[in-house]
Amino acid sequence: MRYIQGFRDGKAAAALAAMIRAEAEPDRHYHLMEFCGGHTHAVFRHGIPDLLPDNVEMVHGPGCPVCVLPVARLDLAIELASRDDVILASYGDMLRVPASRRNSLLNARSKGHDVRVVQSTAEALELARQHPDKQVVMFAIGFETTTPQTAVAIRQAAEEGLENFSVYCNHVLTPSAIQSILDSPEVRELGQVRVDGFLGPSHVSTIIGSEPYEFFAEEYQRPVVIAGFEPLDVMASIVMLIRQLNEGRAEVENQFTRGVSRQGNDRAKGLVAEVFELRPEFSWRGLGEVPYSGLRIKRDYQRFDAEKRFDLAEKPVRENKACQCPAVIRGVKKPTDCEIFGTVCTPRNPIGSCMVSDEGACAAYYRYRRAG
Amino acid sequence: MPVEKLPKNIRLAHGNGGRYMRELIDGLFAPRLAALGLDTRVDAAPVEVPAGARMMMTTDGFTVDPLEFPGGNIGSLAIHGTVNDLAVAGAKPMYLTLNAFIEEGIETALLERVVDSLAAAAADAGVSLVAGDTKVLARGECGGIYLATTGLGVVDENLSLGQQHIRPGDRILVSGTVGDHGTAVLLAREEYGLRGDLASDSASVRPITEYLQDYPGLRFMRDPTRGGLATVVLDLARETGFGLALDEAAIPLSEPVSAVCELLGYDPLYLACEGRVVAVMAPDEAEQAVAGLRESGLAGQAAIIGTVGEQKGPVMLTTGLGGQRLIDELEDDPLPRIC
Repeated sequence: MRYIQGFRDGKAAAALAAMIRAEAEPDRHYHLMEFCGGHTHAVFRHGIPDLLPDNVEMVHGPGCPVCVLPVARLDLAIELASRDDVILASYGDMLRVPASRRNSLLNARSKGHDVRVVQSTAEALELARQHPDKQVVMFAIGFETTTPQTAVAIRQAAEEGLENFSVYCNHVLTPSAIQSILDSPEVRELGQVRVDGFLGPSHVSTIIGSEPYEFFAEEYQRPVVIAGFEPLDVMASIVMLIRQLNEGRAEVENQFTRGVSRQGNDRAKGLVAEVFELRPEFSWRGLGEVPYSGLRIKRDYQRFDAEKRFDLAEKPVRENKACQCPAVIRGVKKPTDCEIFGTVCTPRNPIGSCMVSDEGACAAYYRYRRAG
Repeated sequence: MPVEKLPKNIRLAHGNGGRYMRELIDGLFAPRLAALGLDTRVDAAPVEVPAGARMMMTTDGFTVDPLEFPGGNIGSLAIHGTVNDLAVAGAKPMYLTLNAFIEEGIETALLERVVDSLAAAAADAGVSLVAGDTKVLARGECGGIYLATTGLGVVDENLSLGQQHIRPGDRILVSGTVGDHGTAVLLAREEYGLRGDLASDSASVRPITEYLQDYPGLRFMRDPTRGGLATVVLDLARETGFGLALDEAAIPLSEPVSAVCELLGYDPLYLACEGRVVAVMAPDEAEQAVAGLRESGLAGQAAIIGTVGEQKGPVMLTTGLGGQRLIDELEDDPLPRIC
């Protein structure tokens, strides 16, 4: 277990911090976006901004699967959970997320509806086996990291003929979200915000590899470093990004060589391709409609699609206008630039997507930094 | 009077006041608790109190799922919880009462194990059990077994502990690794398919508090149960009006606890301990006290983990990496994260 402390060593961090200070050119400002909420959390939890010089700034991206799920989609999950014949299996951090009318899965559970916390889709399958008289629906969310296990569960259900199992699919794709940020008017045209380079999420890349980022590193001339989630990984990746920027390179580099290859995990990718297909459009909380950024279940496996089985239809939801989350996750604004941050919008009563999970920029800011 | 052998499972009739109840009391509780001074034949018991002594009283209810976990069960927990509340207030725990709420249908053998463990913990802590009561609830009305204990202790009349004594520069101590109980119970639920070499730290802290009380510079003690170490230090900052600075690298943490927390996304600083003390001491005595705790074997991993600040402020933690972060109040029950 030594490996946890090994990646958090204070001396090594001080050495990396010195390296960052030495390599960052004093008259240049570096805006580096960590895409993934896991990185955002690590940055704040370990106090990494305190170790960076003023001209190296972290911009917090939209890569928190809980945060970007539109309220209308969560409303449907609650609608499912409210059915007497349904057991809804969900990942734990989805339970508190506020839906319309101050509802949440936790609230649904306290009303007596059957919502179970699972750590994996295998547990949801097991629930389906144990409760043949109930419909077990896996509330599947997440980026590429969690998609393969959903695919495996659907295939397994098909093989076993587990007809009381289905999946409410909300899986989304990392590269299309990054592209949407780079294509947004604030970044591309107005020049309001600069995102000079990206820390790529390494867990996603254990599945998809580093190769999918090559297109936009080239097209948008932004360096990408696939970074591990331990604080020393993050700092080493910052050094690599600064070097690329100083040398005028815009390449995909891999800091997380202990888990990521260029092509990724072919078997996992094959499973995903067998079970899922792209949705032409998927709505992200904060980013809006992003083309080809979400997955749905293919026709061959449609009988396991909860949206079809229960004939679910999204109802429109109005987001609070004062909320600045769309700007926060594109790096246009900081959490503290939002007038409802920490007053109306808190982790207890989150208004915007970035406040709902510890991995959202606003929640991390609120929890770890607001007094600093 | 001969005692009928108890059935395999507890029945509703075991709470009816009649023959079944007598058999439960005489067959299960009385033989295990008699050595602690419990006389099940009387309605009330006298307690001997040293003349002129200042008494302290506390009460606590215990509901834990599962009822048994590595390092203890709800029985030992019900003793340690109340004994420790007295101990950190500076009192010597002396007398306890016990209420047991038992759900119809639970295994008699389980109840026996719980009462055995309760008796052993009470004997170890040197307390008498002077009064008790049992109720049996219908199936579904109670989570197996609930216990409630009330404790009476004597406090040294020269001892004065409390937040009001805390001064800027005072040191914050913890007597051992944090989050062990919370993590052990979490794993014992077997919801996550994780297994590990870890046990609850559930124990009487009286030997530790007794040792610390010899230092005139001792200001304050508390046991970090629900809400963990973080909640104790946040209370301190709020109640004293001084900000606190903690050093993450100094906070004792066992490897299995840290691994489980990483995996599930929990922060061990917010997980319960059941056998630890957080103490605030004058700066010139803190190191000696920690060294003494370690050398005596009372608390081999005791450590100084922080300092009381000069002015009003938050609780700030210097991370192992050298950065800063805020310790904030626990919002809600922690939930495991996605990925």
